Amino acid sequence: MKTLEQTTDELLGLAAQHFKIAREELGPGDDFYKKLKIDSLRALELITRLENHFGIELPDYEVQGVTDFRTLASRIQARL
Amino acid sequence: MTTSKVHPGETTKTLSWELKEGVIELALHHPPCNEIGSAMLEDLERFAAALESAEGKAGALIVYSQREAGFSAGADLRELYGASLKLGAAERVSGVREFLERIHRVFNTIDASPLTTIAAVHGVTFGGGFELALACDLIVADKMARFCFPELRLGLIPGFGGLPRLRRDVGNAVVRDLLLTGRSINAAKALAAGLVSQVAAEGEALRAARATAAQALKFDRTASAAAKRFAKPIPREELRREIDLFCELFARPAAMDGLRKFVEDTGAHPYLP
Repeated sequence: MKTLEQTTDELLGLAAQHFKIAREELGPGDDFYKKLKIDSLRALELITRLENHFGIELPDYEVQGVTDFRTLASRIQARL
Repeated sequence: MTTSKVHPGETTKTLSWELKEGVIELALHHPPCNEIGSAMLEDLERFAAALESAEGKAGALIVYSQREAGFSAGADLRELYGASLKLGAAERVSGVREFLERIHRVFNTIDASPLTTIAAVHGVTFGGGFELALACDLIVADKMARFCFPELRLGLIPGFGGLPRLRRDVGNAVVRDLLLTGRSINAAKALAAGLVSQVAAEGEALRAARATAAQALKFDRTASAAAKRFAKPIPREELRREIDLFCELFARPAAMDGLRKFVEDTGAHPYLP
């Protein structure tokens, strides 16, 4: 079982890779909408990427209102 | 079946098609993400007429998107809202009914075509875009594809034939989950649910669809068309009821409120339920 820290780290790496941004620029507390300059359609791309990577289903209503990487990682963690 | 290019095809404002080696490829290229409004409807009607006239010359149809964001984000809600604002209640409903009747005729033509029809989808495949894919015989999905029926967020139901076709293709648990939660699902989930026939790697859905079309062309067209008619009956009575129900719901102030909220949402979240 991954720890929340491991999941957060993988999430940050995937987000950086998908949106072509340096990994070092992203932190767990960052607002990913602002930091990645994305809207909800592009956030769904991230969710799809995360679902494929972690082998989980992440219903989008569970991430409604979630804006920071750490909380998103906790939603993933709850599905692992 | 001829193996040469027999039709020059056509390019319109929102889409283009060509017939090559027995396969018609219909490319959607209307920015930002192939929203289906009056312009695309007109072009789809042109395509539907061409499809019927090409029936002796082609054995398969592939529908795909050239837009990076995805296959289609669905109905053009901004156009619908803008047009509706200018009309009284009765005219609003009759206008939307006319639009639905026309889009149903196009999708029914694709659905009933004797050709083997394949939607090659990637990215956003929402609402009316999902409904277009469901009119096809097979859906080949890029692993980053995402499917959703968001209409209940607007106080509406899917109106382009999605409900009857969803009910035709998959179990009620999936139908209710998609419809009543408005959530989106990925390609792997859609494959498991039986909505999608194949999942391809990123960027590979069109290649996989072409390989599938080439395989379908090997078979006798009369036998293929007969198998399709048997396995994929057109749910005409339910399609008719869907239009009626959509118009009933559209007549309520809640539908205009829902559209207004979506159109006026300047935040980052309008596509999340």
